[in-house]
Amino acid sequence: MTDAPATALRSAGTRLPVSALDPFDRDVLEDPLPLQAALRDAGPLVYLSTHDVYAMARYEQVYAALRDWQSFESGGGVGLSNFRTGKPWRSPSILLEADPPYHDAPRRVLAGLLGPHTQRRLRDKWRAAAADLVDELLAGHTGNSAEFDAVASLAEAFPLRAFPDAVGIPDSGRENLLPFSDFLFNAFGPRNDLVALGAPRARELSAWVNSHCQREALTEDGFGAQIWAAADRGELTPEQAPLVVRSLFAAGVDTTVHGLAALLHALATHPAQWQRLRAEPRLVRVAFDEAVRWASPVQTFFRTATGDIRVAGGVVPAGAKVLLLLGAANRDPRRWDAPDAFDLSRDPSGHLGFGFGLHQCVGQHIARLEAECLLTALAERVETIELAGPTRRRPNNTLRAWDSVPIRVRLAR
Amino acid sequence: MSMAVSSRTLKLRVSAKKSVADGVVVLDLEHPDGARLPDWTPGAHIDLMLPGGLIRQYSLCGDRWDACRYRVAVLREPEGRGGSAYVHDRLQVGDGVGVGGPRNNFPLVPSERYLFLAGGIGITPLLPMIHQAQLTGADWNLVYGGRSRGSMAFLDELAGYGPRVHVVPEDTRGRPDLQAWLGDVRDGVRVYCCGPAGLLDAVEAACAHWPTPTLRTERFAAAQQELPVRDAPFEVVLANSGTNVTVTPGTTVLEALRRVGVDVLSSCMEGVCGTCETTVLDGRVDHRDALLSHDERVTADRMFPCVSRACGDRLVLDL
Repeated sequence: MTDAPATALRSAGTRLPVSALDPFDRDVLEDPLPLQAALRDAGPLVYLSTHDVYAMARYEQVYAALRDWQSFESGGGVGLSNFRTGKPWRSPSILLEADPPYHDAPRRVLAGLLGPHTQRRLRDKWRAAAADLVDELLAGHTGNSAEFDAVASLAEAFPLRAFPDAVGIPDSGRENLLPFSDFLFNAFGPRNDLVALGAPRARELSAWVNSHCQREALTEDGFGAQIWAAADRGELTPEQAPLVVRSLFAAGVDTTVHGLAALLHALATHPAQWQRLRAEPRLVRVAFDEAVRWASPVQTFFRTATGDIRVAGGVVPAGAKVLLLLGAANRDPRRWDAPDAFDLSRDPSGHLGFGFGLHQCVGQHIARLEAECLLTALAERVETIELAGPTRRRPNNTLRAWDSVPIRVRLAR
Repeated sequence: MSMAVSSRTLKLRVSAKKSVADGVVVLDLEHPDGARLPDWTPGAHIDLMLPGGLIRQYSLCGDRWDACRYRVAVLREPEGRGGSAYVHDRLQVGDGVGVGGPRNNFPLVPSERYLFLAGGIGITPLLPMIHQAQLTGADWNLVYGGRSRGSMAFLDELAGYGPRVHVVPEDTRGRPDLQAWLGDVRDGVRVYCCGPAGLLDAVEAACAHWPTPTLRTERFAAAQQELPVRDAPFEVVLANSGTNVTVTPGTTVLEALRRVGVDVLSSCMEGVCGTCETTVLDGRVDHRDALLSHDERVTADRMFPCVSRACGDRLVLDL
């Protein structure tokens, strides 16, 4: 990972550090931490020669850029490809890939629907659902310990049960949701083998998702129906409604799955933190946000410069793509004490794992509630958690994901 | 690194003050450090905290692409309780002023056709809406009534939009002909109206035969609230841990809690994201977030301590 010091004279005569490192290299996706450190240390703004893009990896600049929607737009696409110069592979998200004024109404409707009050409405139901899930899982085992894969049996199983119910789609076909968003998040990167691998099913999965965004496909009491009701009130156009529903499927399942997987992996590998959590159940909320900071399930997003934008003495030229490394910012020692430690005594407030500013994860309260419910159910029933075998990553161009985290738990008496 | 975690109780500075019509001054407000201000959308208002415990709400009428400046227009109200008189007569460039919000109870819904109806100072929330309608290529018209041209603010700015703008000064042209504009139902038109109660009543009546989601109004006169603005320290009692902490005017509840070792998970520090929601067991809250609706602010048993404060001497929190 040596990075020869060089100079890019890209614009306005400013000298920028150049890096030939590739954030989408397979080895980097497997372990992005060395690249994160190298780009942070290279400078506040770095030119990435491999992809002809700019990058920010320090907390201060990533935080500022996420807030500054006027200078760094999302409408040019939040992946590597530039919608200003090329055609997107699908119709862009009307949330993630829209700017004011087009972003306003969809955001307002979803923020109203998924606000903190939603936790109160769903908490009892989801607590019970999480308890059922954990009970079912533990019931199949004899003795006082059990082994299972934390990814499939918990991190995937719980959101796939709770969230599509809340949106209001039937049980059948839910297995399409994870492959759909896995491809979506891969497609934010370069056209590499990961994209090629998912491409054959992309059209079919998109069609399945789109068909479940229509009013007729949704139950009467879910988020989906409420989105259509907002359209009936004129708060969205009828054309926008299915796209807003689609954003729930695209951004609401996979991200939570990998947030939960990161949390379970962190606790399985930090027994002292698990004991703290059991002793102080109110730490469940901190635990999830600390895991999101520490692991950053969403690693990166791009923005596009709306003009020649000055960043810490450098300039991002108009129209250029900028890679924001959320994961690197969440581990920046300039911002966090001992950033590599997963530590429940830390206050992770202000982490960028949910993004920040106008586009900050609109479903964060839902994600936190899912984590709270699952973790509470687990902590009430399980005394210790440890790894039971080798873990395996699932490489993705945007997500830091686990494919498998085998764990062994000892049941509480 | 305090940058991300230090919150900003919004104390802004008047950076410009200009008379723009008879009895109307425009204020530009900026952060003393030149920092970004919280984002807003057309139709949003802010609270100005004025001396004597007065809170006055003014629509933001500037440019949201200018992240560091708010613009409000203030009409002198001789019958008022002194808020507008203070702004007109006393408040000067360079002065600090406390700001709450922004909040939006009058959001612009997406449409291809709009009719904007303004009466007098009611033009203010409509200005950014018009800008936005223009940006999206919508088909729109503005009917702007007022006593006389001299009393009507922003005519120069509106002139740039050409024939879409219909200025109707009462002294020369009488009142706007609402029947002409609203008599025939036109499909997909969204009507936005802000102005004095008489205009709103007339527009509501004239729109009665339109489909329901057509008309959206803001009664700026009724929106005034009279919460006491507290400029003294207050006590926060943490029910579960039995700890007390004093919150001084210069700090937020969140910061005060952090100082006694109670971390409440938070994120935006602007009362927008809702992460720091905390249950209130006792005491009246001075809500300054952008999340709770008007009704919820009266009844809510929760608060967002990154911006909200106490009205009285004491708050008891479920912490």
